[in-house]
Amino acid sequence: MTWSEMQPLLEQACWDTLYMVGWSTLIAVVGGLPLGVLLVLTDRGGLLQNLAANKVIGQVVNIARSLPFIILMVALMGFTRSITGTTIGVEAAIVPLAVGAIPFFARLVETAVREVDHGLVEAVQSMGGNTWTIVRKVLVPESLPSLISSTTTTIVALIGYSAMAGTVGAGGLGDIAIRYGYQRFETQLMWITVAILAVVISVIQFAGDFAARSLHRRGAHSGPAPKLRLLKAAS
Amino acid sequence: MITTSGLTKVYRARGREVTALDGVDLHVREGEVYGVIGQSGAGKSSLIRCVNLLERPTSGTVTVAGQDLTALSGRGPRAGKELRRARSRIGMVFQHFNLLSSRTVQDNVELPLEILGKSGQERSRKALELLDLVGLADKASSYPAQLSGGQKQRVGIARALAGDPKVLLSDEATSALDPETTRSILALLRDLNRQLGLTVLLITHEMDVVKSVCDSAALMENGRIVESGTVSELLATPGSELASALFPLGGEASGEDRTVVDVTFQGESATQPVISQLARTYNIDISILGAAIDTVGGLQVGRMRIELPGRYEDNVVPIGFLREQGLQIDVLGHESELVKEGAK
Repeated sequence: MTWSEMQPLLEQACWDTLYMVGWSTLIAVVGGLPLGVLLVLTDRGGLLQNLAANKVIGQVVNIARSLPFIILMVALMGFTRSITGTTIGVEAAIVPLAVGAIPFFARLVETAVREVDHGLVEAVQSMGGNTWTIVRKVLVPESLPSLISSTTTTIVALIGYSAMAGTVGAGGLGDIAIRYGYQRFETQLMWITVAILAVVISVIQFAGDFAARSLHRRGAHSGPAPKLRLLKAAS
Repeated sequence: MITTSGLTKVYRARGREVTALDGVDLHVREGEVYGVIGQSGAGKSSLIRCVNLLERPTSGTVTVAGQDLTALSGRGPRAGKELRRARSRIGMVFQHFNLLSSRTVQDNVELPLEILGKSGQERSRKALELLDLVGLADKASSYPAQLSGGQKQRVGIARALAGDPKVLLSDEATSALDPETTRSILALLRDLNRQLGLTVLLITHEMDVVKSVCDSAALMENGRIVESGTVSELLATPGSELASALFPLGGEASGEDRTVVDVTFQGESATQPVISQLARTYNIDISILGAAIDTVGGLQVGRMRIELPGRYEDNVVPIGFLREQGLQIDVLGHESELVKEGAK
C-alpha cells in the first residue's frame, strides 16, 4: 500500500475517531456528572441521604461497568436503533460508547466529589445555602481539577473502546489497525495508526494534565520553589 | 440574644448511643462575647453547631434573636427555606477557615451575598468594604492558599459578616493559629463586637481566649454546662473551677499548722493595701505563696494565695477581717460548710 492510498483512509479514520469520542465524551460528562454527584449526595451522611436510591444507582453503575464493551454494544442494538435509526456506522457507535462511559465517568466523579472537604459544605450551609447551591458553588468548582483529570481518563478509555466500534462498521483508527493491519497484513499501516493513536492520546493526556494543574496551581503557594532557596542558602 | 433550653444531642452509631449534649441551658446576652470552654469531647462543638442547626438537636430549643430556630427546622434532614434565611443572619467562623480554594479572597467574601441574591455591584462593594474592615483590602484578588493562617481567618471573619449578622459563632477560630496571630484575631473579634454591637458566641479549649475577650463564660464537661456567668460573677463564686483556671495559683502549705487562703480582688478592692493592714492589725506573719494580676474581660482582677500561721480555727478573725474588706476568700482544704459558717 502506498502513502497516497493510505492517506485518505487515515484521514477519514482520524475524523471518525474524533467524532465518536468527542460526542460520547460530551454525553458521558453530561450524564455522568449528575450521576456521580447523586452517588455522593444520597450516600450515608450525604445532603440528600437516601440509601435505597444510592443502592439502586450504585448497582446500575456497577452492572454497566462490568459489561465488556463489545457485549454492551451488541446488547444495546435495539436501543441504538430507537435513537439513531440504525445499528451501523459512526452515529450508531456513539450510543454504546456513551452508555458505557457514563457509569465509568460517574464513578470517577464520585471519587473526586467525595474528596471535597466537608467543612466547605458546612460553611455554605451556615450561610443559608441550599443543596443546589452547595453542588454548584462548592462540590463542582472545588473538585474541578480532579473532574478534568477524570474527563481525560474517560477520553483515553473511550479511544480504546472506539477500536471495537469497527465491528458495527463505524470506522476509526482502531478499525483501520484491525482490518488492514491484522486481517490484511498491512504492517506498515498498522504501525502508522498505532503511532497516531499514541500521539493523540499523549496530546490529550498532556492537555488534560496541564489544564488540571493550572487550575490546581491557584491553590498552591506561588513564589520560588523552596528547594532552590535551600541550595542558595547552603552555597 | 442566644438562648438554648434543655438542649440534648444524642448520636446513634451502630447501635451505640453517645450523649454529646445533656440538657444544656445557655443564655448569651445581646452585645456580649460569650466563651464556652471545655476539653475536647465535652460537647462544645455540638453545642455551637446546634445553635444554627448544622446539627439537629435531639430535643430542646434554640432561640436566636427572638426566633425559635428549632421550630423552623422541618422533619427531614434538609433545611427549609426559613431556616436557611435565619442561618444567613448568623455568621460563623471555623477552626480550619473553610475557604473555597477555587475562589479569590473577594469571591469568597461574596459567596454569602450570592446566596442572598445580591447584585454583582452590591456584592463587590460590600466585599471590599469588609476586607478593608479586617485589614485585607490589598489581598482581594489573592487565592486563599497564598495567605497565612491569620489572614485566612480574617477572610473567614469578613465572609461571616457579609450578611450583616447580629450574631457571630466562632468554632475554635483561633485553635489552628500561633499565639501572636491568635491575639490579633481575638482583638479583631473584640473590635467587631464593640464597633458593630455584634454578639459573639465562641467555643475554645484555651483559657487564654476566654481571659482576653470574653465578658461571660461557661465551662462544659460531659455535655453539661457546669459553671456559667459573667467573668466577675465567676470570680466571685467560691470554688469556681473556671475562676481558678483563669487564675491558676500555685503553692502548697509549708507546714501542718498553716492556713492557706486564696484572696480574689476585683475593681476597687484591688487597690487597697489589705495584706499589710491585716499583718499590722493582727500582728501576724503572712507568706505569699502565689499571686497574679490580670485584666479579664476589661476588668482588673487579682488573685493571691497567702499562708497564715496556725490552723483555720485560729484564723477565723483575720479571715473575717478580709471578708469585711469586700474580698472574696477561699480557705483551702476546708469544707464549704465551715467556710460559710465563717462568713456569718
